[in-house]
Amino acid sequence: MRPRPQVAFGSLLVLVTFAACGAADRPGEASAAVAAPALPERFGLGTPVDEARIAAWDVDIRPDGTGLPPGSGSVEDGAAVYLLRCAACHGPTGTEGPNNRLVGTEAWEDFPATRTVGNYWPFATTLYDYIVRAMPQDSPGTLSADETYAVIAWILHRNELIGADAVMDASTLPAVEMPARDRFVVDDRLESNVVR
Amino acid sequence: MSKSGQGVPRSIERRTWLAAALSGVAASSLLRTRFDAVDLLAQQSEPADPTKVMGRLVSELGSRAPGEQPRRQAGPAAPSSSSRTPLGDLHGIITPADLHFERHHAGVPAIDPESYELLIHGMVERPLVFTLPDLKRFPSVSRIHFLECSGNGGGAFNPARMPTDITPQAMDGLLSTSEWTGVPLATLLREVGVRPQASWIVAEGGDAAMLNRSIPLEKAMDDALIAYGQNGEGLRPEQGYPARVFLPGWEGNTSVKWVRRIEVTDQPVMSREETSNYTDPLKGGSARQFSFVMDAKSVITFPTFPYALPERGWWEVQGLAWSGRGTITGVDISIDGGRTWAPARLQQPVLPLAAVRFTFPWNWDGREAMLLSRCSDETGYVQPSAQEYIAARGEQTRYHSNFIRAWKVTPDGTVTYGLGDLL
Ligand code: HEC
Repeated sequence: MRPRPQVAFGSLLVLVTFAACGAADRPGEASAAVAAPALPERFGLGTPVDEARIAAWDVDIRPDGTGLPPGSGSVEDGAAVYLLRCAACHGPTGTEGPNNRLVGTEAWEDFPATRTVGNYWPFATTLYDYIVRAMPQDSPGTLSADETYAVIAWILHRNELIGADAVMDASTLPAVEMPARDRFVVDDRLESNVVR
Repeated sequence: MSKSGQGVPRSIERRTWLAAALSGVAASSLLRTRFDAVDLLAQQSEPADPTKVMGRLVSELGSRAPGEQPRRQAGPAAPSSSSRTPLGDLHGIITPADLHFERHHAGVPAIDPESYELLIHGMVERPLVFTLPDLKRFPSVSRIHFLECSGNGGGAFNPARMPTDITPQAMDGLLSTSEWTGVPLATLLREVGVRPQASWIVAEGGDAAMLNRSIPLEKAMDDALIAYGQNGEGLRPEQGYPARVFLPGWEGNTSVKWVRRIEVTDQPVMSREETSNYTDPLKGGSARQFSFVMDAKSVITFPTFPYALPERGWWEVQGLAWSGRGTITGVDISIDGGRTWAPARLQQPVLPLAAVRFTFPWNWDGREAMLLSRCSDETGYVQPSAQEYIAARGEQTRYHSNFIRAWKVTPDGTVTYGLGDLL
């Protein structure tokens, strides 16, 4: 519930305050101090929501595939989606830009030369989670589930992670093995006063 | 102001002590230095004696003095871009809200406060939505904290070509400090009732990137805020209006702006911003993930490029220090490239997880000097040298760059970024 402004009273108050400036009464002088009331565990604010409302907003895709919708897409279909909806920004083969490189299969030891799906991303499901939110950048969230699976299939294939005839869906996508999966380590900086 | 061109040539001509060789980009910012302000104002209109004419009348909205026109430095005009706080042009610790740095992944959304809702669901007893007025009815807190993008300072080291003509704004301006007002996230999580199995939350923004980050429940229950106020007013749209997550001391990207949904879970979602982005490759082939805390760091803001010292004598070295690990306990200054150090004065207030202003009186003898600052915090962490930092992480980590910066003052008074000379 929103507090309602009391316009007429408010402007009157301003005038009175100016006139009486300096002559404010002193709160607390006459009455004894009273402790602030103890706060409750809950305030009873907020409005309950049903599952449909939550489902409409919850687009998270987890590494185990939780959240992936029905549908599927092939590498071949993905090539068409990519050309139409992505290539202008990410380049004809996903390497030319002008925006982020999506294809990079260079193996690396010390540091990755490129940091992309093929050699740096630890989870294939992240592609679905991200593309539904943010891509194509000029019209985010406008691909159908089939188109999304298809363009992901194309990206994974170009990164040499799945074959040319692979089909991505809610069960095959989480199963794609990502080369950089084991590169990621937990932050250990706080265990020390010395830079790590 | 400088863009209008008013008075620019004359001003530069008269300021003989300003380094003449500065580029056009740098020259435009020369007119915004603390030394130029009064001078520039005086030249503009030769105003009448203000003690003999009536002044301007009261107004509903104030404006800056014509001679004080600090500006953010904006990156490329693209939906995913950033702009940087003019660290060298500000005083104290608070960043004016319109100069707070920006980092957006899909531009600044226009969100109607009347229809805004924050949904909290997942492993909870009662999924709820909160309107903005709902959020404001809960007990509120106001706290002064820094916010730093973990990419801040990524340009401070470049093995191919060390920069020299770089400002502290361009190098470390993804750092700002505000008084944030809001409701503790713990209060909202108690309202929905977190189930015992939960260990993470995932926060999501209502922008066109629907940016999402996983945050350990421990932090959410500790000092996390859902902030709706900044420096006494409502959040600026660029800072997440109507409401944002604010995680004191943690890398900026986790303080999700325009927050519209929080899911309580038992695992991270492994979003793009916590896998492909905002992870730190380390020498030896690993990559650090969930590197939330911003380490202790200090930067000198004066004297630095593009300012120049017109004459020898007393000057005040100034800067900011902050740590995501706790409270800053000291800042040391070296004027000889790190051979000797002396303590700087810390201006009050010195607050946990907030930037601290340090000052150091310096009687410049006109000889070449190399100015360094090194801070430490209450945990005993000491800001590392570039050499220590590179030895630990290698040369290619661009996030969390907190090593000691260096500023070289030459006898003609010019100041440039001097780390390259020390390596
Ligand atoms: C209008 C330009 C544009 C279009 C069209 C576009 N993208 Fe992007 N894409 C970007 C930009 C810019 C980024 C980086 C955004 C950021 O960092 O916040 C990006 C990032 C990405 C990333 C993350 C890259 C990484 O390494 O983290 C993926 C994956 C991606 N886009 C996929 C797609 C797909 C699939 C399409 C087509 C359906 C598409 N994009 C269409 C501009 C575009």
